[in-house]
Amino acid sequence: MYSLRKWSTRHARAMDLTYRVTANLFHVFDPLWKRMIASRLEKPFTACESWAKGVLFDCQMCGQCVLSVTGMTCPTNCPKSLRNGPCGGVRANGHCEVKPELRCVWVEAWSGARSMKKTALFQIPLPAREYDLEGRSAWLGLAAANIAGRDADNTNDVPS
Amino acid sequence: MMRQGIDGIFNDYPILPGFSSGGRLERVLRSGRFAVTSELNPPDSADPEDTFNRALVLSSVCDAINATDASGANCHMSSIGICALLTRAGYSPVLQISCRDRNRIAIQGDVLGAAAMGVHNILCLTGDGVQTGDQPGAKPVFDLDSVSLLQIIRSMRDEGKFNSGRKITSPPNIFLGAAANPFAPPYDWRPLRLAKKIDAGAQFVQTQYCYDIPMLERYMTVVRDLGLDKKCFIIVGVGPMASARTASWIRNNVPGVHIPDQVIDRLKGAENQKAEGKQICIELIQQIRQIPGIHGVHVMAYRQEEYVTEIIADSGVLKNRIIDQLAAARFNAMETQTTRYKSA
Repeated sequence: MYSLRKWSTRHARAMDLTYRVTANLFHVFDPLWKRMIASRLEKPFTACESWAKGVLFDCQMCGQCVLSVTGMTCPTNCPKSLRNGPCGGVRANGHCEVKPELRCVWVEAWSGARSMKKTALFQIPLPAREYDLEGRSAWLGLAAANIAGRDADNTNDVPS
Repeated sequence: MMRQGIDGIFNDYPILPGFSSGGRLERVLRSGRFAVTSELNPPDSADPEDTFNRALVLSSVCDAINATDASGANCHMSSIGICALLTRAGYSPVLQISCRDRNRIAIQGDVLGAAAMGVHNILCLTGDGVQTGDQPGAKPVFDLDSVSLLQIIRSMRDEGKFNSGRKITSPPNIFLGAAANPFAPPYDWRPLRLAKKIDAGAQFVQTQYCYDIPMLERYMTVVRDLGLDKKCFIIVGVGPMASARTASWIRNNVPGVHIPDQVIDRLKGAENQKAEGKQICIELIQQIRQIPGIHGVHVMAYRQEEYVTEIIADSGVLKNRIIDQLAAARFNAMETQTTRYKSA
């Protein structure tokens, strides 16, 4: 699992491209995904998401996926639950302060973000994680947020 | 109207429009002076006299005293407790908040309480992992990280809102700080991490112990190129090492401290290692003072507080500047009061 996760970080650029293409495709069916929330299909859908992201990224199902801005490295694997980059305790060899045998998740993430050429996104301060979303599907959440965003845009467009 | 707190009465430097807190540290930094801060090693005791004693020594040479929040994950008197005692003596400390031990509900409450007591400065930290401390079995919280903590306190101050959006009737006037470590990997991202913290609300940073001037210079070159030294006050951490053995132990056991071999070799070769450690610290301060874009030093002398006064005096960074001279008198008065309570 760990080696696959590292593979994903090494190929962050290809992963990012795949992500962008599939995300665009995914959003075409937003209304369908939104109907899935709180339906019988939510659980199996979430299980699929958990399996796919688990294999590739060692995903911990925080429900607020930020892989696309963290160099395709899941920050939920950081023993200090950081969301905004490495702490000051990273060892000189690039390993974790808490688990010396583990390479710092954020050192990996930074190398991933650099290969994605997406370092600007890495710089945006992320808000605190909402723990009530843990275990929920981030993809369905994204679809709902996208629809809500589009609705808000439409209301703004109405001339007064 | 900005509430000045008790510290505002001893107004050596003016409070100008646009200041966040009006506290002493902010006034000194904004007036362009080279600031000196230090940290109080919190006592393992419930006696207020122990805190006043230590503050008394530091207050005569510092612009602000940091109240550490169980640093190194070791249990001591709490930072909020120390701040309560120091503000009682009319002193405005730097409250350190670590995300290791408390969640967002507790922290936001503490911010309001601290501001109400007269605390003007808060240093937002992620905190060392519990494994470094004396109680490694404790449950680590890490509900927030330093960046999200900065964002939350900034919106409490500037928008008058809790993280939930609920309104705060009288927002806390806080000068917001963060930590920086130029001496840990990934080195090329460290200046960008500072930029991220500034975006999240950091107005000053205090760095980890600096023992490697060339490394600090490389970091500062990038920081200046990014223009970060114009957006944020940078205070560099220094401290005396008691011996070569202590230095090696700290290097191997305290997360994020980088001490080059030359420093340890110099200590080893010295006849009086403690005096040599002090001398190294003085030289470091003088070299740091010369680097453009640095606004102060933060002297951390674990279990060697009595040395801080000498180090700062000998380094000459204060240049006859007036430190809050009345603070010492006030701490003395508090001590006398405590003794009287105890004997009564």
